[in-house]
Amino acid sequence: MTKYSLALRFKTLMSSLLLASSMAVAGSASADEPLKIGFAHVSPIGDAGWTYQHDLGRKAIEEKFGDKIQVKYIESVPEGAEAERVIRDLASSGNKLIFGTSFGFMNPMVKVAKAFPETYFEHATGYKTEANLGNYNARFYEGRYLSGIIAGSMTKSNTLGYVAAFPIPEVVMGINAYIRGAQSVNPKAEVKVVWVNAWFDPGREREATVALIDQGADIITHHTDSTAVVSAAEEKGKYSIGYNSDMSKYGPKYQLTAVTHHWEQFYIDQVQQVLDKTWKPTSIWGGVKEGMIGLSPLNPAVPKEVADKVEQAKADMIAGKLHPFAGPVVDQDGKERVAAGSNISDEDLSKMDYYVKGIQGKLPK
Amino acid sequence: MDMNTLVLILAATVAAAIPLIFAALGELVVEKSGVLNLGVEGMMVVGAVFAFMTAAETGQLWLAVIVGALAGAGMALMFGFITLSLMANQVATGLALTIFGIGLSAFIGQGYTSVALDGLKEISIPVLSSLPIVGKLLFSYNILVYLAVVAFVGIWWFLYKSRAGLILRAVGESPSSAHALGYRVIRVRYLAVLFGGAMAGVGGAYLSIAYTPLWAEGMTAGRGWIALALVVFATWRPGRVLIGALLFGGVTIAQFHVQGLGVEIPSQFLSMLPYLATIIVLVLISRDAGVIRLNAPASLGQPWHNELH
Repeated sequence: MTKYSLALRFKTLMSSLLLASSMAVAGSASADEPLKIGFAHVSPIGDAGWTYQHDLGRKAIEEKFGDKIQVKYIESVPEGAEAERVIRDLASSGNKLIFGTSFGFMNPMVKVAKAFPETYFEHATGYKTEANLGNYNARFYEGRYLSGIIAGSMTKSNTLGYVAAFPIPEVVMGINAYIRGAQSVNPKAEVKVVWVNAWFDPGREREATVALIDQGADIITHHTDSTAVVSAAEEKGKYSIGYNSDMSKYGPKYQLTAVTHHWEQFYIDQVQQVLDKTWKPTSIWGGVKEGMIGLSPLNPAVPKEVADKVEQAKADMIAGKLHPFAGPVVDQDGKERVAAGSNISDEDLSKMDYYVKGIQGKLPK
Repeated sequence: MDMNTLVLILAATVAAAIPLIFAALGELVVEKSGVLNLGVEGMMVVGAVFAFMTAAETGQLWLAVIVGALAGAGMALMFGFITLSLMANQVATGLALTIFGIGLSAFIGQGYTSVALDGLKEISIPVLSSLPIVGKLLFSYNILVYLAVVAFVGIWWFLYKSRAGLILRAVGESPSSAHALGYRVIRVRYLAVLFGGAMAGVGGAYLSIAYTPLWAEGMTAGRGWIALALVVFATWRPGRVLIGALLFGGVTIAQFHVQGLGVEIPSQFLSMLPYLATIIVLVLISRDAGVIRLNAPASLGQPWHNELH
C-alpha cells in the first residue's frame, strides 16, 4: 500500500488543481469542444511493460484524432478504494470516455459508472458490463502458443523454464498454451514452473530464473512484470522469451522474441464510436486475429524454418483453423478436459485451474 | 541432489543474502548506539536509485557504489537531525523516512525505469575461479560480496575489540553515564546513524547495479524490513546477523529449486518458508533471556539530550 502512496498524493493534488482550473473555464464550453478522455493505470508507464503498452494506445489516438480529443492519464493508481476516488475524479472533471487498465479497478469502475450515466467506461481484463461500461482483454495465450513453438524447436535440454506470478487462470492458461505450442513441434519438451508469488519483485524473479537455469532449463520465459527475467537469462547466456513489451534492450543477444500486447486499434475504435455516437458496452476479447497480441521481431538466432512454422501457425490462427486448446486437451493426470474435435469454450478457458500434459510439478491450489 | 546443484544453490544463497548483510550490519551499529532507525527500507531504495543513476550516466560502477552510500547517509542525516537534534520520536521518524524514501526514489528515478545497464560483473581470478566447487563457492562473486565480508569482519572487530566500539556500546547502554565520563553522546550517535545509512545505501546499490542491474520503483521489495527484523532476532550480534541473512537467502533460493524439482508443496507455503525458518532458527539459538538482555542496547529508541541530564 505504501508503495505508491506518496506519488499518488502528489498526483491527487495535481488532479484537484486541474479540476479547479477546468471548472474555471467551464463557462466557455461550446458544441465542438474536444472529447475528453481519461486513463487510469496501476503502475508507472516506464519504457516497457503492461502500462507502457496501453500508453502506446494513448499515443495512437492522440495522433489519429488530434484536436478532436483531449487525453489525460494518471499512473500508479493503487487498486481498491483509491482507485474509485481517482476514477471518480476523472469522471467529474469532464472526461467522457474513461479507460481503467487493471483488473482491480473493476468494482470501483462499476460504482462510478452508475454515478455518471453520461460517461462511457472501458475496463481492461475484467468481466462486468453496465449500460455505460464495457470491458476488453487480449488472448495472451495465443501469443504464448506461438512463442512455445519457438521454444520447443530451439531447446536442447527439452526443459523450458517459466517464472510465474500467481496461480490464477490468466497465468495458468498461458503456461498451458506455451507447452502445447512447444509440444506441437517437439513432443519431448517439458515446462518447469517456479512461482514467485509476486507480480513485481526483480530480485526474486532473478533468483527464480537462476534456479531454473541451474536445473537445466535452457529457455526461460515469464509472466511477471519486471524485465529481471530477460536480463538474468542474458547474464547467464541462456535464451529468454519476454512478455508484455519487446525486452530486447535487456536481452540483446538472448531474447528470442517477446509476447506483446497491442491496444492501439482497440482504443482508436472506441474513440471513433464515441465520436460517432455509436458506442455500446461490449466485452471484447481480441487475439492474434484482431492484432491485439503479437510477437516482437524474432532474434536472428531463430532458424528460418522455425520462423516459418510460427508464421504458418499465426496464419492458421487468423483463419480460425488453429486453436491453442483444440481438443483433445489432456491434463497432466491423463484426464481429458476437451474432447477431440472441439475447442475449449471461453468460459472454461477463463476458469482454467489445471496443468496440461508436459508440465512438471503440481499446480498450487 | 548432486554436488553440482548444491554448489549452485549455495553460491546463489550468498548472492541473495548480500543486501541483507549490508543493511542489517549497518542497522546493528545504529542500534548498538541506542538509536532505532526504522527507515532502512527507505535508505536502501534511495541508495539503489542514486547508484543506478550514477552508473547509467557515467558507467563508473565504483562511483555508483560510493554515491549509493552517500545517498543512504544523506537520508540518515535527515533522520539524525530530526531525532537526535530535534529529539523527535525515533519510531515515527523512521517510518516516515521509509515512506519518504520510496516516494523520493520513485520520483527522481522516473526517467530511469527500464534503462538497460551493464552491471557489476563477477570477478574471475585465474586458476582459483576455475577450481571445481571451491572456485564457484569462494572465487566467483562480484566485488561487493567480498566487501560485505570485509564489512562484517571490520564491524565485529570495531564493536568488540576497539576502544571506539566500546564507547559506542557504552553510549547505547547508558548515554547519561557515557556523557558523565566525557563522551559526546550525540556525536557518536550521529556517526552511527550515518554509517548505518551508508551501509543501507550500499545494500540498495548492490541490488540496482549488481544483482538485478535495473531500476524499478520499489525494487527493494521489503528487504529493508527483513534486515531490521534480522537485527532483533539475532539479538544484536553480528555473527548471528550473518547466519540469519544467509539462512534467509538460502531458504529463498532452495524453495525455488524445490519448486523446479516439482516437489508437491504449495508454492505459497514455500514463499513463506524463508521468513518462518529464519525466525525459528534465530529464536532458538538466541532463546537465553539473560543473553538477550546482555546484548540489547538498554537505551534503544529513547531520546537523549545532554541538556536533559
